[in-house]
Amino acid sequence: MSAADVSVLQRPNDKLVRRRAFNRGMEVLAWVAAALAVALLGVLVWSVAKRGASELNLDLITKSPAANEFSLNPTSGGLANAFVGTFIIVGIATAMALPFGILVAIYVNEFAPRAVKNFLSPSLDILNGIPAIVIGIFVFGLLVVGHGQSGLAGAFALAILMLPLVARATIEVLALVPNSLREASLGLGVPRWRTTLGIVLPQTIGGILTGTVLAVARVAGETAPLLFTSSIVGTSTSWNPTQALQSIPVAIFELSESATPADHARAWAAALVLLLFILFTSLIARWLANRSRRKIARAG
Amino acid sequence: MSETKGETVTASTTIETAVRVETKRQPLPPRERLERIFDIQGLDAIYGSKPALKGVTMEVYENLVTAVIGPSGCGKSTFIRCLNRMNDLVPGFRQTGAIRYHGVDIASGDVDPVAVRRTIGMVFQRPNPFPKSIFDNVAWGLKVLGMKDNLSDRVERALTQAALWDEVKDRLKASGLSLSGGQQQRLCIARAIAVEPDVVLMDEPASALDPIATQAIEQLLHQLKSEYSFVIVTHNMQQAARVADMTAFFSISRGAEGERWGELIEYDATEKIFTAPSDKRTEDYVTGRFG
Repeated sequence: MSAADVSVLQRPNDKLVRRRAFNRGMEVLAWVAAALAVALLGVLVWSVAKRGASELNLDLITKSPAANEFSLNPTSGGLANAFVGTFIIVGIATAMALPFGILVAIYVNEFAPRAVKNFLSPSLDILNGIPAIVIGIFVFGLLVVGHGQSGLAGAFALAILMLPLVARATIEVLALVPNSLREASLGLGVPRWRTTLGIVLPQTIGGILTGTVLAVARVAGETAPLLFTSSIVGTSTSWNPTQALQSIPVAIFELSESATPADHARAWAAALVLLLFILFTSLIARWLANRSRRKIARAG
Repeated sequence: MSETKGETVTASTTIETAVRVETKRQPLPPRERLERIFDIQGLDAIYGSKPALKGVTMEVYENLVTAVIGPSGCGKSTFIRCLNRMNDLVPGFRQTGAIRYHGVDIASGDVDPVAVRRTIGMVFQRPNPFPKSIFDNVAWGLKVLGMKDNLSDRVERALTQAALWDEVKDRLKASGLSLSGGQQQRLCIARAIAVEPDVVLMDEPASALDPIATQAIEQLLHQLKSEYSFVIVTHNMQQAARVADMTAFFSISRGAEGERWGELIEYDATEKIFTAPSDKRTEDYVTGRFG
């Protein structure tokens, strides 16, 4: 065995041929699956756009629906009431969920003993997994029974949905902050809460924003909780969250139940606006996430 | 050249160390005349169920540079992190024994660790400036700790003491992270001394730096020790020989069942440790036979 026998490298070999074919087959399968996922998104956006484009105009966003004495569902005018309602409800929900979620995350990542952390972390995941309709009926029983529907009740339901999303995103970005920064501050004799507020938290703002934007995009399209809490509405546009407010997803649901084809078209148009909003916010979230990751990487 | 040869012949009566000890250092007064800052008695440190240190008993003196040397894993870092309660932050860490700082046992439960760290500052192995401007890196601690009067004077003084002022005075608003590694470490030293601690602990402050930056930091220690007391961990024996007045040698001991822990082997004046150690293990270490 002085010279290596290299002929084996070139000899055709049944096993090798089969292995190559199998490898090739799996590669194609994976590629097709990935392509299908993207195609699904494309078809979805395209079909919503095709059906909704005809009704997509400025009136849709700026005009209230015209009152119609024959139908609960107005057949003309825009959906300004729904856009304003969603804006207010989601805005209030964010105002409630954001500080609460950040505090939860700070406790879990910065202060909680390991045992408590091991309990809190999965609890947030379970909260995240609770179906929206269950949260809707819970808030219905808690706030709506006896008081009536309101934008605030709707916002509260959406805030419960947002809380685990914001908290989870914040925990993840807090965990990225290098411990050496905390030690630097603590080593000066700075108390822990000042260290958290002054050194740790500023590093995570980008990540928290990302999580919040994603959470907003997620709950802006939620229908079930709002059906229970903020759906019995008139046609006028209201900015008052103590009353029930119309919202885009509920409007889409109601319009799609209507007998008139014009309502269907408007439902598609509203769906298109919602879809564009979510696509847009997701892109912003991605951009923010990349930026903050680079920033934290530099600080490490 | 022949003169140097002659010297080595006379020196052969003492042991031949891997490290040449500078002799221009002033001789230390006898230990009884030195002011004690730390009086450490029977210190044990445990991470979870793994012992890191056993039975450390030593004293640390004021306005001296005290070096802690020893092989990797001998508990040097654990030891100085005990001195300002930095290990409190490590989950599962426990310690027993007493660490009296000017007579107060700072290891006991009723002492506030934040106040301890306020008095006993720390500089870490890797430079860790805040992601803030150079000015704010020094000023933030001052502001938070209520030393807001003459803020810019205090910042300038700290940066001057850390021998960094001339290099950064024109760009105080630049990010602390834009500095080189050695400058960042001097910034961290400025940040630590700005809040006027009594003791500065340094955990291998030059291990991540090049020789020139290392030299700058060693010179700093010489200049600042009239104002502060330093305890410095180093794995670099030459560095200990150059900067330290007192040197503590830690090593690893092994138990019957294979468990390992760090122990203080010998603690004495630096010159004694490097030229005439009384323990065989110290001699092996400083002559480069082990570690």
